[in-house]
Amino acid sequence: MRILAYFRSLAARFFHRSQIEDDLDEELHSHLEHRADDLERSGLRRSEAERRARIEFGGREGFKEEVRETLGGNFAETLVRDVRYSLRGLRKSRGFTIVAVITLALAIGANAVVFGVLNALILRPLNVPRPESLYTIEHGSDKSLELSYPDYLDLRDRNRSFEGLAAYNNGEAGLDTDGNPSRAFVDEVSGNYFDVFGIRPYLGRFFHASDEHGANSAPFIVLTYAYWHSHFRDDRSVVGRTVHLNKRPFTIIGVAPPRFHGPVLFFSQDFFVPIVSREQEQGQNGLNDRGSPSLLMAIGHLKPGITPAQAMGDLNSIGSWLEKSYPKSDREMRFVLARPSLFGDAAGPGTRAFLTGLMLLASMILLAACANLGSLFAARAADRSREVALRLALGATRARILRGLFTEALLISLMGGAAGLWGSVALLGGLSMWQPVPKYPVHLAVNPDARVYAVALLLTLASGFLLGAVPVRQVLRTDPYQIVKSGSGATGGRRITVRDGLLAVQIAICAVLVTSSMVAVRGLMRSLDSGFGFEPRHAMLLDTDLTMAGYRGDAVPAMQKRMIGAMETIPGVTSVGLIDLPPLASAGDTNPSPVFTGETTDLSPANAAAISATYSVSPEYFRAAGTSILAGRSFTWHDDKNAPRVAVINQEFARKILGSVTNATGRYYKLQDGTRVQVAGMVENGKYGAITEDPLPAMFFPMLQSPSRGTTLVVRSNHDPRQLAAAMRAKLRELDGELPPYIETWSQGMAPVLFASRMATISLGVLGAMGALLAVTGIFGMSAYSLSRRLKELGIRMALGAQRKEVLSAALGRAFKLLAGGSAAGLLLGILASQVLASIVYTATPRDPMVLAGTVLAMALLGLAATWIPARRALSLDPLTLLREE
Amino acid sequence: MSGQAQLLPGTLDLLILKAVSLGPLHGYGVLLRIGQISGQALLIEQGALYPALFRLVRQGLLKATWGTSENNRRAKFYELTSLGRKRLREEAAGWNRLVTAMASALGAQAEEV
Repeated sequence: MRILAYFRSLAARFFHRSQIEDDLDEELHSHLEHRADDLERSGLRRSEAERRARIEFGGREGFKEEVRETLGGNFAETLVRDVRYSLRGLRKSRGFTIVAVITLALAIGANAVVFGVLNALILRPLNVPRPESLYTIEHGSDKSLELSYPDYLDLRDRNRSFEGLAAYNNGEAGLDTDGNPSRAFVDEVSGNYFDVFGIRPYLGRFFHASDEHGANSAPFIVLTYAYWHSHFRDDRSVVGRTVHLNKRPFTIIGVAPPRFHGPVLFFSQDFFVPIVSREQEQGQNGLNDRGSPSLLMAIGHLKPGITPAQAMGDLNSIGSWLEKSYPKSDREMRFVLARPSLFGDAAGPGTRAFLTGLMLLASMILLAACANLGSLFAARAADRSREVALRLALGATRARILRGLFTEALLISLMGGAAGLWGSVALLGGLSMWQPVPKYPVHLAVNPDARVYAVALLLTLASGFLLGAVPVRQVLRTDPYQIVKSGSGATGGRRITVRDGLLAVQIAICAVLVTSSMVAVRGLMRSLDSGFGFEPRHAMLLDTDLTMAGYRGDAVPAMQKRMIGAMETIPGVTSVGLIDLPPLASAGDTNPSPVFTGETTDLSPANAAAISATYSVSPEYFRAAGTSILAGRSFTWHDDKNAPRVAVINQEFARKILGSVTNATGRYYKLQDGTRVQVAGMVENGKYGAITEDPLPAMFFPMLQSPSRGTTLVVRSNHDPRQLAAAMRAKLRELDGELPPYIETWSQGMAPVLFASRMATISLGVLGAMGALLAVTGIFGMSAYSLSRRLKELGIRMALGAQRKEVLSAALGRAFKLLAGGSAAGLLLGILASQVLASIVYTATPRDPMVLAGTVLAMALLGLAATWIPARRALSLDPLTLLREE
Repeated sequence: MSGQAQLLPGTLDLLILKAVSLGPLHGYGVLLRIGQISGQALLIEQGALYPALFRLVRQGLLKATWGTSENNRRAKFYELTSLGRKRLREEAAGWNRLVTAMASALGAQAEEV
């Protein structure tokens, strides 16, 4: 009943507001008239009587306000009134509003973007049923995920912890639907793959464990929904169609549900093929080779009630059984469980740490923005102290005035938040569409979901309240009589105020941001300048897979030789080399293999002298790649199967395996299978897997002695890359029209390995720029404000003969002091924080004098920019006008 | 000042109800009536009256109608509703109990304990 009445009253108040207000006005007026009548009767003049009546009555607005409050419906109505009042105020000080909204939009937008990425990559579970119990198996020794097929089978059949254990491997294949093969990305998966995930086909059927009857028994293809949509135009009749995969017939049996693309978040493959058909697909199977470990990744749901620790114990007992049973191939079979979505712990922790750090920086930006705007708000509130005092004198309660201030702060934060969210949704949408590595189907599916919106709203409201809270103390302490009497609330401004503290903190935060972005940018610059061990400029890469066009066995090196010959005939090409997999390409795969000194007889893994990166190259490769040969010779075409095994090694290999860099050529070392290899030459060290790696041993074999189906031609020429690419494509088509090539510059080819540090640099750069912007607005706001508060004092000083320099130091000295102190603190903190960066951005060291100088210079410039306008104003003061006005 | 008593919190509503129970009154009239019936001992701040009046109307204890005053001015007249009459009886009884109890408590002599 009560509530109903409240709402009725609320509605009535809302719609008949003015009538009730008039009613109240009239009643109070009538009261005053009656009182005046009485006073007049006691002998006063009418006008005097009316005045007395008003004085006796007291603060009319205050009582009216109290009446309104008792009437209910007050909250909503007050809100409407506050909003209207605030909007009017904000419209009046447009500059302040625009600065505040933009600042908040940037800060909240940055937070929403970073959180969106964090959410998509780390917080959001995989889009499959029961993602929480899904784990991938990882080697405890090196955090790698790959298992050999026989090991996988043993793990699958012997474990008692998983409901089912599926395996998958990402690869490439040529898919030929109508005589025109194109590169496609295939996941070779175990038969139970779809059943382990517990998903149902969108169309047709999936293959199952029961379809596997030994090698090549299941030539089936299941398309992803996206590939079916883009390449088969949603044609439902594809089910049952026979297509050619690497020239072998496969049957499309089904389409996976939309948005399912396996357990790896950012990789979107095109279709799935049973791994038992690997030989048919790839021309070689390696499925029975327990010693070739880099094949499969395993994933599955833990059984209900099984903890990850129990499962690890279970897996490790199988691991020690494997070590005992297959000592030659299986070493260190310790397993841990990892979250599958970011390739387990290989990429997971780094990404996680970086994104968490970024989130921290972003929230610091928001904090700095709030501090910044908070001090602006406080300044505004101080400037309006007269207005506040008047309203207090007229009977407004302090709570009422504070509510007005909070309304204003919230309005601004809501506007800023809306703009920021809008921008970040657009940016996240763009990021989701973006293919950072054009060669591979890598997507960052970071489209915002409800959680991102909720966080943005929360941050918006929080920053609104933070802003509103800054001037609270000021309003609570306002003494209306003092202010109305003395004209302004100015009290001696020498003390350190909350505002100064906020500004110093903010400058420190900005200096941290500027320092870390400088460190990152500088690190990236240096890493791009540092020696790769090859020269990516003016080199094109042509990547093709001969198995896609059906080449098998000896046909492969023969064709590779013909391809080199064909490329050499292109005018302007200075040299052409071939390598199975170029260094710093394709997510840093280096084919690591154990090597032994020439004297080692027991070739068990424990006796290996080192693990070396392994490449298979053509004789001209080093010239084409721009790798300098320091000693000995490169290969010739005579280094073939009939000649003694030779290799070219790098300096690190010589140092680690042969003991010294001098006299390396001519010496011997051994491979895992016992082959003795003579060192023919030595080349400079380079980067192979990642630009952040320490020097790695590397060995290069002649391609005729160590044939590989991986084919990347390195074509060196000073010609325009686009024309060159066209010529290369044409030459290849002349040789074989059905070989799908991928042509890019070597610099483009390095995109995957540079991706992390590039992203780090870009995001830190953006945050740094935002920090700098905030510092400028903060210092500007503070110095402009402190100047305006002290105009009178400065006028008097000038009238008394103060010099311009003294005026300047009086007006802006404090701002400079704060700037210097804050920057120093920030620089120190930034140097500490940047230690973390070193792991992501190569050669990032904050102790770089360039970084220090750059940061100091940047902060000084920022300070100068921010105080420029106030300084000009201080210098152009005219004491006469000033004193007159005050 | 010595002849006047401080108004206890919550007593204003009771006083208003009592004043209005003696006949419909406008706001200023309520003020005068309270002064009159308390022998000018209880003085009420003029403006403070109105929030109380509006509160009582909202609680349904008073009802208000516009009319013409004895000074021939437009004024809003308040009178008790039946609910208001009931409330006045209850509150007056409660108040009397309190006053008696307080008086006897404060009048107690040492030998009576």
